[in-house]
Amino acid sequence: MKNIYEALVEIMGERGVSNRPEEIWFYGRDPGVLPPHPPDYVVAPETTEQVQKVVQLANREKIPVVPMGNGMALTGLVIPLKGGIVMDMKRMNKILEVNEMARYVVVEGGTSQGMLKAHLRDHYPRLRHSLPDAPPTTTIAANVSLHGQGCLTQQYGFNSDMVSGLEVVLPTGELCKIGSPSLGPYWFSKGPSLPDLSGLFLGWLGTTGIFTKVGLKLYPNKKIREMEIFVTDKAELVPEIIYKLTHLEMLEDLIAWFQPKPLMFKDNYHLTIYFTGDSEKEIEFKRTMIWDALQEFIDNKDGGFMNVQAMKPNLMENPQRGIAAFADVPRGGGFEYSGPITLIELYPQFAAKVVELAEKYDVIYSSAARVISGGHSMMFSISFAFNRADPAMMERVKKALDEATEYALKMGGIPWKPNYMEQKMTMDHMDPNTLKLLRMIKKNLDPHGIMNPGNWEPAP
Amino acid sequence: MGSLKFDENVCATCPSADCLIKCQYMDFEEDEAHNEMMKIVKGLDSRVLHDCVTCYACEEYCRRGNHPFYLIGERREEKGIYTASRAITNQWINLTQMQGKPMVGTVKDKALSSCFIPDLGALGSGELFKEVFPAVTFGAEFMCPAVHTHFAKMSVVKERLPKVMENFKKLGVKEVICLHDECYGTYTSIAQAYGMEVPFKPVYYMDFLLTRLKELKDRIIPLNIKAAYQRPCSNRLIPHKHRLVQEIMDYIGVDMPGRKYQGENSLCCAEIIRSVAGYKLADDIQGRNIDDMLEAGAEYCVFNCPACQSSLSEKVSKKGLKPVHIIDLCKMAVGEKGREG
Repeated sequence: MKNIYEALVEIMGERGVSNRPEEIWFYGRDPGVLPPHPPDYVVAPETTEQVQKVVQLANREKIPVVPMGNGMALTGLVIPLKGGIVMDMKRMNKILEVNEMARYVVVEGGTSQGMLKAHLRDHYPRLRHSLPDAPPTTTIAANVSLHGQGCLTQQYGFNSDMVSGLEVVLPTGELCKIGSPSLGPYWFSKGPSLPDLSGLFLGWLGTTGIFTKVGLKLYPNKKIREMEIFVTDKAELVPEIIYKLTHLEMLEDLIAWFQPKPLMFKDNYHLTIYFTGDSEKEIEFKRTMIWDALQEFIDNKDGGFMNVQAMKPNLMENPQRGIAAFADVPRGGGFEYSGPITLIELYPQFAAKVVELAEKYDVIYSSAARVISGGHSMMFSISFAFNRADPAMMERVKKALDEATEYALKMGGIPWKPNYMEQKMTMDHMDPNTLKLLRMIKKNLDPHGIMNPGNWEPAP
Repeated sequence: MGSLKFDENVCATCPSADCLIKCQYMDFEEDEAHNEMMKIVKGLDSRVLHDCVTCYACEEYCRRGNHPFYLIGERREEKGIYTASRAITNQWINLTQMQGKPMVGTVKDKALSSCFIPDLGALGSGELFKEVFPAVTFGAEFMCPAVHTHFAKMSVVKERLPKVMENFKKLGVKEVICLHDECYGTYTSIAQAYGMEVPFKPVYYMDFLLTRLKELKDRIIPLNIKAAYQRPCSNRLIPHKHRLVQEIMDYIGVDMPGRKYQGENSLCCAEIIRSVAGYKLADDIQGRNIDDMLEAGAEYCVFNCPACQSSLSEKVSKKGLKPVHIIDLCKMAVGEKGREG
């Protein structure tokens, strides 16, 4: 494939393409439990034109292209399952426009969450975006492409719901604008009142195109951010507690979590409640409303608010770093999770399943369920930690996660950022006509099947 | 496991029923107070078992040495009456469980106990603690279990306290200097009430502080400030030690203007009350307490217990008071710490 390399150098320049072993090794894996598979080439475009030319080349030569942000999805979505070209988007990292009054930003397809956070903090302190619980190096485009969530998801929905326009390089190399930017200079709507074509790309895990620009809605950045943690020992009460809290329409974020370690968390279910305000008065009003909403559980001794002073500095971090400690990343540990989107009323059953799986496969668990859109659903994470030096443990974690996905599907849930095997399980459960539509769309957009092949790829 | 030494006749013949009459969080007429206490003594239900906010103060109000608070805790546990929720109660039990991870310095005859409170490790340092600082102990293995009395888990206290004392005994110490007010209260009040022998001499840190201040008197520069003192619940277990606060303040030039809520009438920091009785009472107590400090003209709010300090520091700061632990105040007086604490 020497001619392909030369063609890529011609497009990218010497420094923008590589097939060196160390880079092939690095770009062939992610931090999760799936086995690596090497790409043939890695490219790091700086311009939309370069992205287009590489995709045109790949389409012509029928070479796989795998778009990549920071590769932190954990479920192998950037592992080039069939080799080809990994396209690392991180050099396309410009923040192109902030419309303060309309509260949106337009960024290039490799812009990181951390860069946008810093930019808004420094230049637009009244605005913020929905930061995911992921390292700040993760990218905005990758996050919305897999329907990521963030700290504002309880209020405003999936981070992909916050997209306000897209620029996409299609699998055939054409450049396409989606939503209001297709009609004029403004990036305020990804769809309405047009047919919402963003659905052809969001959630497709890079199998229908490459995002070169993303418009993203921004939200008010209140001056004060506060938190409380409500604790109960009854999983069956968690849905009602969430219902009462979301009824307030006052919360920034709401996460229900449980884990056996450290010991102080054992046997309890914790609800971390974040709320914001522009004054002490507003904060105290919201705090009292939150307490009042849960008073019946306090009166029955079924739950109570815990003292958060010691934990507060860590829990107020945005994003939080604590998850790395759970996985003991500094000592070679890792973690992966199955994160089905499901109904909040199913919390007790899912919670029981986590413990059952952890016992069955002898793995360490933790679970955090983020409430989505005021309580319409939740992302219920079933997380298992592993030691990378212990292949048997990694295999047990993989089996536990597969079983978790099977359970989630059986319970009517939707796997979130599924790996290729979970995608197949999902498609097996899917209504046949829906699956037919999915295949039709993909086939039409990507006739040669070059975009992130192996993903959303039903058996013919 | 020890059992509570409680004399029913002492209550039956009590002329005052001060234990409940003086309670700042429940109202009683004199006859009612006596009757309610006798119901508790006889193992009957009483509104006290449901409404007590666990401030410990009745241990001080009872001048006849009959430990009403411990009895209330015993009766609550016997009847399965929780003070806070089950989840919070069990969280405290789990949080403070011994896990074989104590920290022990170079301990010989004396140990400097930081209980299981990280902040105390930093406080027990510097010139004032120069000779005993290396002998520090820290961890659940050396933690006084008195906190569980707030949750009416007297069984946990009775199970763990002998183990804690045994752990100190294994170190071969003769004296344990208790940096946590509650540790000293546990070894001198709870252990005695349950007939447990303490295999070392507990030393109250304020006694130690006063001695050291006298040794360092040439270094002391009077602070010439006005301060309000936040008396902790645990100090109700050792009311005879309360006078040391005034003695230390006098020694380092701190004026403690008279307050409504001082001495026997001190108000709780209310953090536990928040768990037990809810935010309305806790906010009310904290509001009255801080307003009283301000009305007295205090510039500083001086703490004895790190838990009180944690719960009130931010709130007093917002009102313009400077929060400071009494040890840090002494460090300021001997020139080891800046004025802002």
